[in-house]
Amino acid sequence: MNLLPLLIIIPLLGAIIVLLMRSCAKPWHDAVTFITLIALSVIAVLVQTGVVSHGMMVFNPGSVVPGLGTIAVADGLTGLMLITINTVITCMVIFSIDYINRFEDSALYYFLILMTTAGLNGVLISGDLFTLYVFMEIAVISAYVLTAFTNEPESLEASFKYAVIGGVSSLLILCAIAFIYAETGSLSFHEIAIAWNRPEHFLTVLVMVLLIVGFGIKSTLIPFSSWVPDAYTAAPAPVAGIFSGAVSKVVGIYALMRLLYNIFGFDAHIMSVVGWLAVASIIIGVTLALYQWNFKRLLAYHSISQIGYMILGLSLGTPLGIAGGLMHLINHSVFKPLLFLNAGSIEHTSNATTLKDMGGLAQRMPVTGATSLIASLSISGIPPFNGFWSKLLIIFACVQSGKFGFAVIAVAGSILTLASFTKVQRYAFMGPLNRAAQSIGEATMLMRLSMIILTVLCVSMGVLLLPGVYEVFLEPAVRALTVGRHYGVAIEKLLQ
Amino acid sequence: MAFILAIILFSIGLYAVIVKRNIVKIIIGIAVMGYAVNLLMIMIGYRADGTIPLASYGAGMVTVDPLMQAVVLTTIVIGLSMTVFLVALALRLYATYNTIDVAEIRELNG
Repeated sequence: MNLLPLLIIIPLLGAIIVLLMRSCAKPWHDAVTFITLIALSVIAVLVQTGVVSHGMMVFNPGSVVPGLGTIAVADGLTGLMLITINTVITCMVIFSIDYINRFEDSALYYFLILMTTAGLNGVLISGDLFTLYVFMEIAVISAYVLTAFTNEPESLEASFKYAVIGGVSSLLILCAIAFIYAETGSLSFHEIAIAWNRPEHFLTVLVMVLLIVGFGIKSTLIPFSSWVPDAYTAAPAPVAGIFSGAVSKVVGIYALMRLLYNIFGFDAHIMSVVGWLAVASIIIGVTLALYQWNFKRLLAYHSISQIGYMILGLSLGTPLGIAGGLMHLINHSVFKPLLFLNAGSIEHTSNATTLKDMGGLAQRMPVTGATSLIASLSISGIPPFNGFWSKLLIIFACVQSGKFGFAVIAVAGSILTLASFTKVQRYAFMGPLNRAAQSIGEATMLMRLSMIILTVLCVSMGVLLLPGVYEVFLEPAVRALTVGRHYGVAIEKLLQ
Repeated sequence: MAFILAIILFSIGLYAVIVKRNIVKIIIGIAVMGYAVNLLMIMIGYRADGTIPLASYGAGMVTVDPLMQAVVLTTIVIGLSMTVFLVALALRLYATYNTIDVAEIRELNG
């Protein structure tokens, strides 16, 4: 029994069931969504164990229904990403159960979250460009609707901005896909990886520019990220967590790196362009974050900056850099959604969104205060929390490949991140209690539960580097990228 | 030649999205860009003197590429859903702000 199609079928079925049960009471919607996501997390773990023990996994629907040309592929990178995003989305849904009491239509909310999950899982296991495009559109169109979900004036505006910029980026990617098909006569990853002979003319440059701009918009790199602060601020807090923890990782970084490493082969010139964009994101994102007073907007700018770290590590091309980039990707999927949940729990209990309206909240909300403190230390790269280890790996990798300037900028970005989160702790959680906040209490039990799960992960994710654990999680993912265009030959062998 | 046509069409759409301040014109611009990409893909699938890609119709004859036509059908559906969402959003925006000028819709900044 092949597990890969279940990763798409289960969330789609869950989404349809939630929508059919729209007239039922809200607890039913919670239950269906929660069970669906737990099942997905379990399947993701099973996929990863299968990949670790048997190597790459391929599902060919053509063997069941003749004539279907598309295939589903899972390797170490896919398994790692599947576990990460399904776990994060599960935590966000646990938080949402109480958070979305403020909205009337919980069925629609869960439907959109499950559709996004289906789209992201589809992107991760797709084995050809067009399937990737279709699932990417399923994920991002659900994301546009989720941005507008609160129906406030600013969320409508942010959703329009996100939808227009995202739509343009999707069309740029589609253009690139059309040119790749014109050159190679195929849409499958493995056939393109074998057939692409890197023609030294303008077509390669054109395709690369289209792909980097297209996926750069989706992965929130700096010159293309004007929509990010608006969309992350206007979306409900758990949804912002999903955007930064899952959507931008999968449709942006994963897709770009899969194409640049495994389909076209590592190219030092193209990767140095990507590296410069990443460095710009690190420093500009964190500088803009320093000026922000809106908590979620500040987190959005930090998201841009942290994405820069991941892409910087991945763009180096060395095993150490890839390991650092991927580990930072997983770590960021833990602490950034946690910080968005902190912002959401403050918003839920006291309706405060800017840091100036907060103050002394740690007295009234001890769990939110403690979890946000640990998340702030993690994102600033303070040992022994998870962010420290991955940033250390990225900086070592920069030095190892002789890019001292990049290493210095990475350290400077980390210091500025610490400064910015000192401000958050000072104004939101420490100091005298704000008069308006005298009567507020702690967030509800389920909200605390999801924050505590993510905090435990924050503290313990450093174990990913221990021998024994490294071989199970990071090492297969790093190997999946370093094999480069051999990926195509490996799939070809499995299909025969 | 047809490629140049697709690129011109794409540029017109991109121009509308970037320069125009009217929400409806921006949505039309996105749609025009979508049509440009569809046209490009149909042109990539075109074969000189090709017939329709049906095995029963022209066995052994040169046919146009059916894959690109299937892809274009799917992207038309995706483009439709995108346009419908944007138009619904534009209606809500008009009801909220009472304007269709994006320069006047500026709750968010910074």
